[in-house]
Amino acid sequence: MSDTVQNYVPGEYPDQPPPIGQRGIMLWLKTNLFSSWINTLMTLFSIYLLYLIVPPLLNWTVFDAVINATSRAECREIDTGACWAFIANRINILTYGFYPDESQWRVNLSFVLLIAALVPVLFDNVPFRKFGLIYAVAYPFIAGWLLLGGLGLEPVGTDEFGGMMLNTIVGVTGITFSLPLGIALALGRQSHLPIVRTVSICFIEFIRGVPLITLLFVASTMLNYFLPPGTTFDLLLRVLIMVTLFASGYIAEVVRGGLQSIPNGQYEAANSMGLKYWQSMRLVILPQALKVSIPGIVNTFIGLFKDTTLVLIIGLLDVLGIGRSSLADTKWNGLSNEVYISIAIFFFIACFGMSRYSIYLEGKLEKGHKR
Amino acid sequence: MGETETVQHTPVASAAGDDDLIEIVDMHKWYGDFHVLKNINLTVKQGERIVVCGPSGSGKSTLIRCINRLEEHQKGQIRVDGIELTNDLKQIDAIRREVGMVFQHFNLFPHLTVLENCTLGPIWVRQTPRKDAEAAAMEYLEKVKIPEQALKYPGQLSGGQQQRVAIARSLCMNPRIMLFDEPTSALDPEMIKEVLDTMIALASTGMTMLCVTHEMGFARTVADRVIFMDEGEIIEQNVPEEFFGTPQHERTKLFLSQILGH
Repeated sequence: MSDTVQNYVPGEYPDQPPPIGQRGIMLWLKTNLFSSWINTLMTLFSIYLLYLIVPPLLNWTVFDAVINATSRAECREIDTGACWAFIANRINILTYGFYPDESQWRVNLSFVLLIAALVPVLFDNVPFRKFGLIYAVAYPFIAGWLLLGGLGLEPVGTDEFGGMMLNTIVGVTGITFSLPLGIALALGRQSHLPIVRTVSICFIEFIRGVPLITLLFVASTMLNYFLPPGTTFDLLLRVLIMVTLFASGYIAEVVRGGLQSIPNGQYEAANSMGLKYWQSMRLVILPQALKVSIPGIVNTFIGLFKDTTLVLIIGLLDVLGIGRSSLADTKWNGLSNEVYISIAIFFFIACFGMSRYSIYLEGKLEKGHKR
Repeated sequence: MGETETVQHTPVASAAGDDDLIEIVDMHKWYGDFHVLKNINLTVKQGERIVVCGPSGSGKSTLIRCINRLEEHQKGQIRVDGIELTNDLKQIDAIRREVGMVFQHFNLFPHLTVLENCTLGPIWVRQTPRKDAEAAAMEYLEKVKIPEQALKYPGQLSGGQQQRVAIARSLCMNPRIMLFDEPTSALDPEMIKEVLDTMIALASTGMTMLCVTHEMGFARTVADRVIFMDEGEIIEQNVPEEFFGTPQHERTKLFLSQILGH
């Protein structure tokens, strides 16, 4: 009944901003932090906890930390915080293992090329994506040549691989090959052909019923009993195969969940159109099933990447193995915090990256095709 | 199961002629031990428009799904366009290329745009170049009166629009026969008309159509023949005037009184 409302002709009322106190930062604070007395109490308690934790943590990791020193004793003389000098001192072996210094550019180059190969695979809006994808298919061979040598490059044995490089190789290989294998197993499990179905089910259930460490032990020792005597079979290659098979079992089950979420009508529509089995899978069923499976697939990949540290049990020196053994150095005694935190940061960056990418991908695929 | 008498109708029982597109002879189907289709004999000529009706569970959907092998029959013969349906995948694919199907629940591919839905079959099954397939698809989308939705996803369309896209998608394959499996049953009342109008327009082009529907108005105006099924058997078939005017069989009368009674 107020006069201000009457000033406008019906249908001409202009858009107005909400009143003061109903917008902006004050509203956000009020609704999110101080909406009730319990909420206010929890807000204040949280601030107190942050006050207790954050300043000492920052002091230790940043302000009181030492970057340049030659021993732990020297670190302590300079300041009381973290002795990052140790990590700086060991960064080479933590990164490359025992890879020869003069050839380490090959590792760096293959890493840069890996990023270049990933971009066209992960993002569909990059220019020249077709060529990028062809290059991505060729990448494993290029990387294998760069890392192992031969054909004009100094050969390097896989026993010299180690550190973060080893984790990355095992992780990336496992992820790359377990996805197609896992999809094939998931389709095999749903197959109408009894032999294909039985083999797929047995394989998946065996893999899921056995710990990865057991498989790695099998890879490192028992495989020799099964192979003809005299065959040498690179230990790293065995590990790569085992990790890939292991992850593919899990991927298969995740993808099977996705496949089951696709209504029967989609199969019928694809069939009645005359699409062949592989066409209907590739064009109709899998794009939808994989979209549903993304969180589970990425979850498996993150688990796989972290499980690459298990190779230290069979004597491969990954970043964790090298970190642990470097703790034995008397000159740098007692710096386990620094070592394990650094390793944790390495894994966190990789796994968080994967997690963010999966969220990006879900968001992108969500657009438009709501059912 | 004593009643096997079928009210025969003149043009049906004749021997296979040149213009017979679908021939079904003594066909039976079981789900496990359940005898769903019994002794089906049906011939459909080029350009014929047939409406199949009957109470739910009478096997009418199963019958038309047998014609493009979404369901397998266990006895008897089905011949489509001269090709017999056997376990031979090549023949099944050959038949499916010639037979379009429209489903009750549309079954559009939700991850593809309307246009991509329409071009998928032509590009991958008929190996049509993408440009030509898209041009043809736009033509059919215009015929079903939704060219402006071509770049949207099915989820953004109303039920009636989705069903019209589904019809266009089937037509893009240039089928010789169109099967409709209760195309309007999942639609809100105000959208049924737009889909029926599309189907009537399609019928006027001379397309051979086999349509399972409860829309008796559609059957009256469009069908050349109405088939009534009950408990897995074809009970009666006739031209619409006779079928609705002087139904022969008790069950037909009962069914018609039930769906036309109000």
